[in-house]
Amino acid sequence: MNEIVPVVDLRGISIEFPGVKALDGVDLRLFQGEVHALMGENGAGKSTLIKALTGVYAIDSGTITVLGEQHRFAGPAEAQDARISTVYQEVNLCPNLSIEENILLGREPHRRGGIHWKEVRRRARAVLEQLNLGHLDPGSVLSSHSIAIQQLVAIARSVQVDAKVLILDEPTSSLDTEEVQQLFAVIRSLRDNGVAILFVSHFLEQVYEISDRMTVLRNGRLVGEFMTRELPRMSLISKMMGKELDALTELDRSDVRARPDRTDAVPLLLAEKLGRKGSVGNVDIALYEGQILGLAGLLGSGRTETARLLFGADRADQGQLTIRGTAQTLRSPRSAIDHGIAFSSENRKEEGLIGDLSVRDNLVLAMQASQGWLRRIPAPQQDQLTEKFIAALDIRPANKDALIRNLSGGNQQKVLLARWLITNPKLLILDEPTRGIDIGAKTQIQKLISTLAADGMSIIFISAELEEVLRLSDHIAVLKDRRMVADLPNDGVTMEDVMTIIAGSAA
Amino acid sequence: MNALLKHRLTWPVLALVLLLLLNQVFRADFLSVRLQDGHLYGSLIDILRNGAPTILIALGMTLVIASRGIDLSVGAVAAIAGAVSCTYIYTSPDPSSLQTAAVAVALAVVAGLVLGLWNGFLVSVVGIQPIIATLVLMTAGRGLAQLVTDGQIISVSNDSYQSIGAGFVLGLPISILIAAAAFLAAGLLTRRTALGTLIEAVGINPVASRLAGLNARTITMAVYVFSGLCAAVAGLMISSNVTAADANNAGLYIEMDAILAVVIGGTSLAGGRYSLVGTLIGALIIQTLTTTVYTLGIPPEVTLVFKALVVIIVCLLQSSRARTLLKQRRRPVTATSDVKVAI
Repeated sequence: MNEIVPVVDLRGISIEFPGVKALDGVDLRLFQGEVHALMGENGAGKSTLIKALTGVYAIDSGTITVLGEQHRFAGPAEAQDARISTVYQEVNLCPNLSIEENILLGREPHRRGGIHWKEVRRRARAVLEQLNLGHLDPGSVLSSHSIAIQQLVAIARSVQVDAKVLILDEPTSSLDTEEVQQLFAVIRSLRDNGVAILFVSHFLEQVYEISDRMTVLRNGRLVGEFMTRELPRMSLISKMMGKELDALTELDRSDVRARPDRTDAVPLLLAEKLGRKGSVGNVDIALYEGQILGLAGLLGSGRTETARLLFGADRADQGQLTIRGTAQTLRSPRSAIDHGIAFSSENRKEEGLIGDLSVRDNLVLAMQASQGWLRRIPAPQQDQLTEKFIAALDIRPANKDALIRNLSGGNQQKVLLARWLITNPKLLILDEPTRGIDIGAKTQIQKLISTLAADGMSIIFISAELEEVLRLSDHIAVLKDRRMVADLPNDGVTMEDVMTIIAGSAA
Repeated sequence: MNALLKHRLTWPVLALVLLLLLNQVFRADFLSVRLQDGHLYGSLIDILRNGAPTILIALGMTLVIASRGIDLSVGAVAAIAGAVSCTYIYTSPDPSSLQTAAVAVALAVVAGLVLGLWNGFLVSVVGIQPIIATLVLMTAGRGLAQLVTDGQIISVSNDSYQSIGAGFVLGLPISILIAAAAFLAAGLLTRRTALGTLIEAVGINPVASRLAGLNARTITMAVYVFSGLCAAVAGLMISSNVTAADANNAGLYIEMDAILAVVIGGTSLAGGRYSLVGTLIGALIIQTLTTTVYTLGIPPEVTLVFKALVVIIVCLLQSSRARTLLKQRRRPVTATSDVKVAI
């Protein structure tokens, strides 16, 4: 691309929320007739940057230049006036109105004090034809169409306002392959008409298919701007994760534990092509007693979704799940727990803690739920269990009556672990058990996981830190773009191997 | 002393004591209880007896609010319960027998349970917001009661039935004994079993509770059924007291008094930790207020305003933020005594 003036030029954008620097001096340039991918893991600052560009958030410092004019957006309407259009993941149109009404909503042509419906129809049709969507009936109600079509209508609306910049935030997350191709065809025709497009997606393959240029963010900072064809997938991933490959491969691998499959025995848990529409698919897992299975993959690749399927928190609608040789359908967490499955969520605060209850009440909650409300665990037994785990896991403060919300993150995590350990599960699913806790607590939890597995408990271990996964697991399942793409026995698997699979251009 | 000041029941108890003393100042015999014909009489007994329906309904309301819900339909359910029992007695061939009264009571209780189940169904299975779900029955319930009574005020004369609201056992009014029994039963049911903790868990964090394996649906259902039961028994007391069923006015606005009692008692409307003792004290404060209005000879026009003032004062005293503000005005430099456990 020649060095023409960018349509959108963001420079040194910083946004601070109380206690967090969400964006720290980030630049972004969008060029006419280009598809630009914004890349980064969850929490890297992609959404914040989009919200800065669309006027949802006010920026603390930096400049926003659109078409050579400097702007300071005080709201989304001003960004729209600057001809920036956004299509969000969830379609925000009026589902009860027709396609043509949605496309021209608020800008209907008038005649003699009323809406000129003929003109509405004509303009809507013109826009649809421009996007090769001439087969759609402009008079049909929007909700009668699939999400993919609704998204295309949202794009048509932005074309109708003659947008110079089109932002697509995760537009493909609920589309199937064919619908994605339809969307891409529209994106390409817009690009060729000179629109600057910002494309955000977790799906690496789609990014490589559609984008010309990309900007990578990590932890609210700019990693760099690259031409897509000059940036191999491997380097992109290491840039997103913040690890240089050489450093990664040199990691000490002396303490890798690899335990052979016990193919003679019945697996504790067998998932075959398990999946849920719009969530995750193709999950194939065979987990034996005492094994640790690590789930690797980028954030948003479907790791948590897999865990939720195996715990019945979301119901699977594809494939089959077999527990100890019997086919099962998990309708709720309750039924998973009855099969000896426990799940500690990555979202401690929202999905784990009962903040206003004491350490003791939190610790015995799952056990109490299993026993039913009538058979209350006697107070002495509650105290004894709590004291035992406070000592065993070194929970501080060692006060069973303290409200759990007043504990530090690491200690809260230990209480939640203890909540499941006292139920004596056969399978423990740990989603990011070591995230956001200090290094001391982290090592303690890693050690605990090894000990538990040695005692015969099966564990599914999810972590964003690949080293951790490799160090602890017997088996590594790799997820990519919400599908499971590989299952490797951990006999000398390197980080590079896993990252090659995640990059997997041959997919 | 500091611990006592921080206890969440300190302020409501203090308010109640102050109100009672205020009455004593204006009427010297206010606090005296005398025995007459083997029955206890006195203003304190009156407060307890007249407050019994509110206490009952507030007990049910406490558990509903603890589970993050609210039940606006209790007044209507009370009216339906009264309508069902009085209509049954009125139309039965033997309107004055004990047996008729017993069947009437049973029918009313069943009606309360069914209506509670309906509310629980709307909230937990259909997923309607509690305030809307119970609003349905709050408005429709009065209509139901009118259908039952055919739009009339049904008067009955049945001594057994009348004794629910006006009778005495061992010198004490039966309605007080019923309320006391309900209070003890609710306390034992929720604190001796794990039910109380589970209700609190669902109220504090429904998502985490589900992932911990709690059956939130059943628990939610249970609290609304209990609330319906309490409302039905309260409705029996109200109609028995006046020996008539009034579909329009029985238990009118009692849901407001019950919610107030719960809030004064220190249970947060956001759900979670609850206190049945607090609710009891809250209900007594509200009833004592009504009595105080008469004792002081406050003109009826300002009664509601007076009540509102006292309630606001009690709520402000309870709010730790309001107390901090007050302290800051008096002493600009204060160390916060809020101890956070840091590791």
